Amino acid sequence: MQLPKELRSPVSAETVLRKRTALRKELLKQPNLLPVRIAILGGSTTQEIRSILEIFLLAHAIQPSFYESAYGAWHEEVMYQSPELWSFKPDIVFVHTTWHNVSRFPDLLQPEAEVVELARAEMARFEAFWRKIHEDLGAIVIQNNFDLPRSRPLGNIEAAESYGRVNFLLRLNAGFARHAATHSRFLIDDILYLSAQAGLSQWFDYGYWYNYHMAVSPVATVSLAQNVAAIVKAVYGKTKKCLVLDLDNTLWGGVIGDDGLQNLVLGRDHPVGEAFTAFQRYLKALRARGVLLAVCSKNDPENAREGFSHPDTVLKLDDFSAFKANWNPKPDNIREIAAELNIGLDSLVFVDDNPAERAIVAAQLPEVAVPDVGSDVSLFAEALEREAFFEPVRIVVDDLDRAAYYSGNAQRTNYESAFASYEDFLASLEMRAEIGPFAPVYLERIAQLVNKTNQFNLTTRRYTAAEVEAIATDPASIALYGRLADRFGDNGLVSVLIGKVRRQAVEIATWLMSCRVLKREMEYAMFDALVEECRERGVREILGVYIPSRKNGMVAEHYAALGFSRLPDGPDGSTLWRYEVPAAWSPRAAHIRRTGRPAMRTANV
Amino acid sequence: MNDLMPRLQGVFQDVFDDPKLAIAPTTTASDVSGWDSLTNINLIFAIEREFHVKFALGEIQELNNVGEMVALIGKKQDRARQ
Repeated sequence: MQLPKELRSPVSAETVLRKRTALRKELLKQPNLLPVRIAILGGSTTQEIRSILEIFLLAHAIQPSFYESAYGAWHEEVMYQSPELWSFKPDIVFVHTTWHNVSRFPDLLQPEAEVVELARAEMARFEAFWRKIHEDLGAIVIQNNFDLPRSRPLGNIEAAESYGRVNFLLRLNAGFARHAATHSRFLIDDILYLSAQAGLSQWFDYGYWYNYHMAVSPVATVSLAQNVAAIVKAVYGKTKKCLVLDLDNTLWGGVIGDDGLQNLVLGRDHPVGEAFTAFQRYLKALRARGVLLAVCSKNDPENAREGFSHPDTVLKLDDFSAFKANWNPKPDNIREIAAELNIGLDSLVFVDDNPAERAIVAAQLPEVAVPDVGSDVSLFAEALEREAFFEPVRIVVDDLDRAAYYSGNAQRTNYESAFASYEDFLASLEMRAEIGPFAPVYLERIAQLVNKTNQFNLTTRRYTAAEVEAIATDPASIALYGRLADRFGDNGLVSVLIGKVRRQAVEIATWLMSCRVLKREMEYAMFDALVEECRERGVREILGVYIPSRKNGMVAEHYAALGFSRLPDGPDGSTLWRYEVPAAWSPRAAHIRRTGRPAMRTANV
Repeated sequence: MNDLMPRLQGVFQDVFDDPKLAIAPTTTASDVSGWDSLTNINLIFAIEREFHVKFALGEIQELNNVGEMVALIGKKQDRARQ
């Protein structure tokens, strides 16, 4: 479903605030909303935030149920275990504190050593609070860092001296950041940035503070809610994967086919050329952290490629995981890009300076995100950030490897056609799989994969990070992850299998795999590992279930293909399968060599 | 004053998401269902934006009905024009 026009960027805060009730009603009509339980613990009024946050979560197809702390009771409700909060069982706790909630600021001229001590005490207060949320409530924490006060009784000294309020708040923010770096389920909502972007006089409104104790003005509440919604969306793996880019007047100024390479506007000699270079640099930074880039341009392929030989180009041909330059309609090319990269259309964002191209893509491919980037290149990056398409929760090594992997895909495809048989091709890939029980270093990636894999996913069950952690240490669970590497690169952690052991049978609750390793025998390697584990534990029977969804048709016959026998269907339309663990076993994955977990990794845990 | 009423009614209709909502100078919070503290914040903000006015601290608390709100908006707009 297309979002209501009021929520398509650029969003007018005024309109969202005024029409929120109608928008909410409209958004609730969407099918397949993901339910998420969010507790908002506030150091100031939170009703307004809840109401707008709900709109932006619904816009990401997330349906929140909310708990709100009593006014200002963010700290007490956790430390004294409010029964209402505990029985609410939040998945996420959003802590809406601001500089007003700092318990004590330094005194004028207080010596630095004492200020450091004061900051440490404040950090300890917050850390005990976060620990209790993680350990006793089992929830992910989204925590505001600190904004700055609008008034400065000490003027610039507020920043310059350690006893100044600005200086002290920045010290606390550094402490919060250090905490985030070492706690994976603790995420910062950077209101210091949001308030700077808005300007403090827009961010904080005295009238709304004294009248309603809102620490954030109504307009700024909209950007706050958008930012928190983006974090929640990222936690649930709803971020986009690939940016599809036009070339002429999008990556460089001018039309390469008409103007020629030497007349392109790109580089430092020209103000507009400099802006195109800056946008390319921005895209290069996205690519470096794992966002895939693809080209979709109406051009002769030779001309299109030539553009990347310009002396001032930042992007090079090998930065692109897919490259479509031809005269076909763009929706057709975009469909092909998605197929080539093996990702859904809903993982794509399309950027084109030409409004007509944007309109046709938006109309024909409603799954593809088509932001209104306008036609001024200096504002393209901001248009992308407004919707936080690529908001990362954490940047994990697998993300970095992914872009390299996908660009290797083209090589793999070419390589494939050179072999007499598919078997020969598989053998030549020199695949190595590392399969083992859930290990702490992988829990984050496992949770990410479990929450975003839709196609090769037998049950589409989602788990919170806390649940994944619990499964990892549960002796009655068989929980396996699989990594796959081949001669072209490391695919990273690509498969997860979770089984629950009941006496002599194991029920497979979750089995999923990233589609980038489809048809590589990786599912056989996982099955081999499962059977081995069953034999070691004396488990005699494997029970499988396939729960059909809109996207997982490709695995309907998965258990049949592995030789399971079909049992009577479940009442909900799921199919049930049974496999008897044989006395003698020879591995099925003929072309994958299994390796142990590297000693280095284990040592790091 | 009279030309402000239709625009104010439009604001009320959006905020309460009720295209048939009719207000009169004598309307008070207890006459409109759903007029709670959250809606009130929403309403005040929407009015400020619609009429390009900003209420000073304490002004809102003194209002008793829609008619007084319209009078206050009118007074602020006149002052802005001078």
